[in-house]
Parts: sequence; structure tokens; C-alpha cells
Amino acid sequence: MTDRGPQKNDPIRAARQAQRLKKRYRKERRFRAFGMSAVLLATGILAFLMTSIVYTSIPAFTHHNLTLDVTIIAEEVDILRDDQGLVTNVDANWLGFVRTALRDSFPEVTSRRDKRDLYKLLSIGAPDAVRDAVQADPNLIGQTIQVRLPLSDDIDLVMKGLIDRNLPETDRLVSDRELAWLDKFIAEQRVSENFAIQLFANGDSREPEMAGLKGALMGSLLTMLVTLLISFPLGVLAAVYLQEMAPKNRLTQIIEVNINNLAAVPSIVFGLLGLAVFISFFQLPRSAPLVGGMVLALMTLPTIIIATRASLASVPPSIRQAAMGVGASRLQVIMHHVLPLAMPGILTGTIIGLAQAAGETAPLLMIGMMAFIVDTPTDVTSKATVLPAQIYMWANNPERAFVARTSAGIVVLLSFLLLVNGLAIYFRKRFEKRW
Amino acid sequence: MTKFKFALGALIGVSMSVSAQARDQIEVVGSSTVFPFSTTVAEQFGRSSGFKTPVVESTGSGGGMKLFCAGIGLEHPDITNASRRIKEKEFKNCQTNGIDMTEIVIGFDGIVVANSKNAADLKLTLEHIYLATAKKVPDPNKPCQANWCEPIDNPYVKWSDIDASLPNVKIEILGPPPTSGTRDAFQELAMSGGSKAYPHMNALKKSDKSLWKKLTRTVREDGAWIDAGENDNLMVSKLAANPDAVGVFGYSFLDQNADKIKGSVVNGVEPTFENIAGGDYKISRSLYFYVKHAHVGTVPGIAEFISAFTSERAYGEEGYLVDKGLIPLPKKLRDQYRQDAKTLKKLAM
Repeated sequence: MTDRGPQKNDPIRAARQAQRLKKRYRKERRFRAFGMSAVLLATGILAFLMTSIVYTSIPAFTHHNLTLDVTIIAEEVDILRDDQGLVTNVDANWLGFVRTALRDSFPEVTSRRDKRDLYKLLSIGAPDAVRDAVQADPNLIGQTIQVRLPLSDDIDLVMKGLIDRNLPETDRLVSDRELAWLDKFIAEQRVSENFAIQLFANGDSREPEMAGLKGALMGSLLTMLVTLLISFPLGVLAAVYLQEMAPKNRLTQIIEVNINNLAAVPSIVFGLLGLAVFISFFQLPRSAPLVGGMVLALMTLPTIIIATRASLASVPPSIRQAAMGVGASRLQVIMHHVLPLAMPGILTGTIIGLAQAAGETAPLLMIGMMAFIVDTPTDVTSKATVLPAQIYMWANNPERAFVARTSAGIVVLLSFLLLVNGLAIYFRKRFEKRW
Repeated sequence: MTKFKFALGALIGVSMSVSAQARDQIEVVGSSTVFPFSTTVAEQFGRSSGFKTPVVESTGSGGGMKLFCAGIGLEHPDITNASRRIKEKEFKNCQTNGIDMTEIVIGFDGIVVANSKNAADLKLTLEHIYLATAKKVPDPNKPCQANWCEPIDNPYVKWSDIDASLPNVKIEILGPPPTSGTRDAFQELAMSGGSKAYPHMNALKKSDKSLWKKLTRTVREDGAWIDAGENDNLMVSKLAANPDAVGVFGYSFLDQNADKIKGSVVNGVEPTFENIAGGDYKISRSLYFYVKHAHVGTVPGIAEFISAFTSERAYGEEGYLVDKGLIPLPKKLRDQYRQDAKTLKKLAM
């Protein structure tokens, strides 16, 4: 279209021009359509994945409980009091109380085997519920109280419709007799569906209805704390030195190439390194968030260094020159001007690195964090597991109810990451404004 | 980077003092097959004994042995689980590190060959399984010599090619990957076991054991056997969706999913709880754990833990481990191992 003017009115040329123009527009439209379908496909897959995970997880967030009248026999309860006479602890055969209450509901059940089946209606966590109730109010000792007791996982699945009652008895995890008992309780309106507080208040358990994420959440937090404390200062220091101060020679070039390569090393390799160096050589404890955090810090370091260097490089040289011009030293230039300006970018890199580390299981497998741990970790040297490892272990359990628990674990992990990311973005924005 | 390794080293040095503290928690490592049982006992033990709940790690039988035999001292685990017996090499390694141990068998685990509820029943023999899964099988078209059959690449495409009584369906087996102990046991019990139908293979076992192992334990690679990953739950849903597929996995998954899948009859025996416990069902193996003597008394609760594990309440016929899918030992063996646990009988090989 360079030669407009004299030929402007040539009809053949004009027609050709119009055709070419049309073709260009068509190309653009096609490109747009491709781009849009790529975006649509990606979001569609993501939406499908999210819906299916959230959908399967829903049953895990509630649990069915049975309200029973449990008699707390005063003579059978040991009460521990402190100096002021206040009750500090109560101890009794809570399981016995629960079983008596169940038997009283069905006097016709007498044989040992039948009683055993009857007891299986309730979760092994049922006695804990009685204990908690009495502990909270010791005045209940000697009375018959109504307690909400968790049902066992299979019965809960029946209530949620995840085990089909109409199947022949041999194909079902729950027998006809158990269903009859359950139906009687339902008719008496003793069965209620409540929020599954266990999912957040308990540590791991082999009983799906008692299994919770508290331990894994705490473990993830402690591990991430160690990772952050090690990788952030080290990574930023390294990047600042390399970018702003280090001489450009062969050695720094080699280091640079190595850092870039390190970012692409499979994460399991860091686990092997952690096993060999931290555990075998330095004799640090296995399964501890300290070691997990150190291994993940090594994994995160290259990400942070690369991101930090990139954001340092994007600070315009005029800032440095201006600061130098008014007499600032090299360190002052970096600390007062360059680093604060680059901070938002550095934080983004750190967040991405940490988010990656928080979802990592492979390196932690090697250092013993893929373990069954009931107690909630209290410090960085106590035994702990992390959220993704917990999800993996639940996924491998044979019990049906763990399917929903696994998805719930994923939902919690994703929300945890979203929360951390959101928080970081918030701080980053605030940081940016001050400048 | 070197500089920062340096700094890291300093940091580790500081934290080293941490590791010297005493341990008050039992550490268990080992097989992922024993893991569900070991963790159940650990949890019950933690609830009722007043000791801290033991930590159980799933490292695989081999990985567990390696950690267990590494030495004596609080940084090493106290107990290792195994879905097979300790190997002679591992035992020697343990001995050189001065480790004495007690061996406890906790029960059996059946390996089932299962398919969808909607598919035809499979009535298999070990020979059928061997012919359906091995990479090289005896040539069916050439009569065998007394002591040799020419091994050829597995020609069987449909189950009915193996035996007319089997369904006219393509062979498609979802099985555990090579890293799995279930696969080792399947290869040993079902495949090598099935080859016993051929006298020349038995002769070969005596004359050239490594060739025999290679012939009977190599799984076919032409697509009829599919490594389905370690997650058995996934396999169950794949089987439910595809009626032609057959899966190989542990009994507890069949028990939990009896509404979706059914176990195939092997050598005329159904894979039921009673048949596996009675030893009639052929593809079953023993599950073990090993206790380090030097740690008993040093780490609190070990003696109590193994006594809880071997109590009737746990591994007995009506114990809570049975609810988790463990198949108990006969009464006599249970009593014997309970005694071994009490007296810490030293293992000798």
C-alpha cells in the first residue's frame, strides 16, 4: 500500500487491494479465534478439574452423628483435681459407657458376635466425644447425658448415599442387620449431619472419620517457615551480589549457568542430597520440618535468585546514576534505591518458589516426611508430614471414605496456597505504594 | 553458589546440637503393604498405652531393610515392616552392623485377580495366569520334549486362546509396577507357580535357576499387561469402567469394593477371607516385621508396642486388623509369634 496517489482510481488495483485487505483481516480473525479457543480449552479443563475435585470433596466436610443417652456412672470415673480443687482431668472407661448405651438401645442383641457388629456402628472416636463432654462439664458425672457420637465411616457413607442400600447384601460393606439398627436410630431422629470438625481438629488417623489435616497443615507451615528463612535471605543476597557487585568474569559466568541449570534439576535429586548430607552426614533427625525446609530451600534458591536478578536488572540505570551523582556509596545505592524498587518483583519470585515448594512431595519422600504421624508437630525438629504427602497417603488407603477425604485435602491445600499468595500480593501492593 | 553452601553449612552446624536429644517415639519403616496394619496398631497403641504414637514411614520393604540395618542408635529406626522375608544378604548386612532382631509374622495378604461385576466370571488356574502374563511361554504348537520346550514370544491374544473354557475376550491385565512388592509376590506365586504345570520347567529350575527365573518371572511387554501404578483405588475404578480388563492387587481392595469388582477363582478356589486364611487360595504371602533388640529398653514402649501388635485384640481372628483387611495366622502360629515377641527370640539364618 505504499504507492497510493496516481493509481488510486485504477479499479483492478483497488480490487486487489481490497482483497488483500480482506485476507489480512481474515488472518487476524483466525488468529484471534485460535487464541480464544486455546484460552477457552485451558480454562475449561481447569474448571472441569476443579469442579470434579470440589464435587468429590463435599462429602468429607460433613459427618453423621448419632445422639445417644450415655450414663456416666459416678463410681467409675476418676477425677484429678489441682490444688484449688478444680478438675484437671477425668478418666474412665468411656468405651464401656458407650457400649452400654448401645446395648441398652437394642436389648435383643445378646450374642458376642452380634454385639461386636453393633459396636461397629460407631466410630472409634466415639469414646473421645463422651470424654470431651464430661471434661468440659464435670457436673455431668453421675447423670445420663445426651452425647453426639460420630458414626463409623461405612455407616456414614450409607447415610450420604455413597453406599447403595439396594445392592445385594454380599456386595455391600454394611450388612442388612446393621441397616436395620441404623433405620431404628433414624426413625428415632437420633442421626444428624454435622460439619466434620475432625477434618481440621485432628491429626492423621487410619479411620477416615477421625482423620484430619491439623498435623499436616502445621507441618507444612513449619517447613515453609524454615524454607523462607533460609532461601529468602540467601537467595536475595546471592542475586544482589551477582547482579550489582560481582566482577563479570569466567567464574561468575560458570556460577550463573549453574544456577540456571539448578532450577531445572528434578526435585527428587534435592531429596537425595538432603538424605546424604543433612541426615546421614550431619545426623539431623528424619521426618523433621527442619530438614524438609532445608531441602526445599535448596530447591527454591535458584528460582529466587533468577527472579531477583531479573527484577534488579529491570531497575533503570538512571536511578543508580542519580544516586551516585549525589554521592551515595555503592551499598547505599543498592540498599536505599535499587533493592526497594526491585522488591515487588523479588517478592513475586519468592512466592512462586515457595508455592512450588509447598506442593512438593518427591524430595520429602527421601527424608522421611511421607509418614503416618498422629501427633501435631510443635517445633521444627518434631516428626511431621506435609499437606501434599498427607494427600498422597490418603489416596492410597483402601477405605472408601478416604476418596472424599483425599479430595478435601486437595481443596484445603489449594485454599492454603491461594491464601498465602493473596496475602503476599496484598503485602506487595502495600510495599509498592510506599515508593 | 559455593558461598551459600558455605553459609548453609554453618547453619546446619548450629542446628546439629538439636539431633543429639533422646527419642521418646518409636520409629517404624518399611513395606507399603504392611503400612495400613502397622499404622492402625500404632494409632490404637498411642490412644491406649500412654506412650507417644509411633511414627510409621512407608519406604517399601527393601528401603526399610536398608534403613533398619544401617546401625544401632537413636537415628536409626527401631522396627521395619516387610511384605517378604528378610533376604540373606540383608541379614548379613544387619549382622555386620551388630544388629540382632526378632522376626514376627503378622498374617497373610492375598493377591487377587479381579474384574468388573458386569463381566463374565473368570475361572483360572495358575497355569492360565502364567500363560497369560509371561513374556516367553512354551510353544503350544510344538510337542514338548521330555526336558525342553522351545520358549516363544507369548502368542495368546484372547483368554479363549489359552483355554476354550475361558471367555472370548482380549487379554488386558492391569497390574502393579515393578517397584511394588505385590508384583514380586505375584511373579513368584502366580507366574512361577503356574509354570510348575510343565515338567521341563521344573527340571530347568534345578539345572539353570537364573534362566528359569527369567523365563517364569518376566512379564509380557506387548501391551497385554499394563503397569497401572501404585494406586489400587485408581485400578478399581478403571476395572469398573472397563469390563474386559482384569486387575491384580491386594485382597483388602477387593473387600472394600465388592459392589464394583469380583475376584476370579484360582485353581478352583475363590479369593475369600476363609480360603486365604486356610491356605487354600494359592496366591497369598506372609507379612512380617522385624524388631531391633538393641533399641528395646532404650526407646520407651517398644516391648509394649510389639505385644500390642501380637495381641489377639489386634492380629487375632476377630481383631481390629482383620477389619482393615489383614488375614490372620492360624491360632498355633499366632501363639508362637506372641511368645517370640515376648521373649525377643533372636533370628538366625
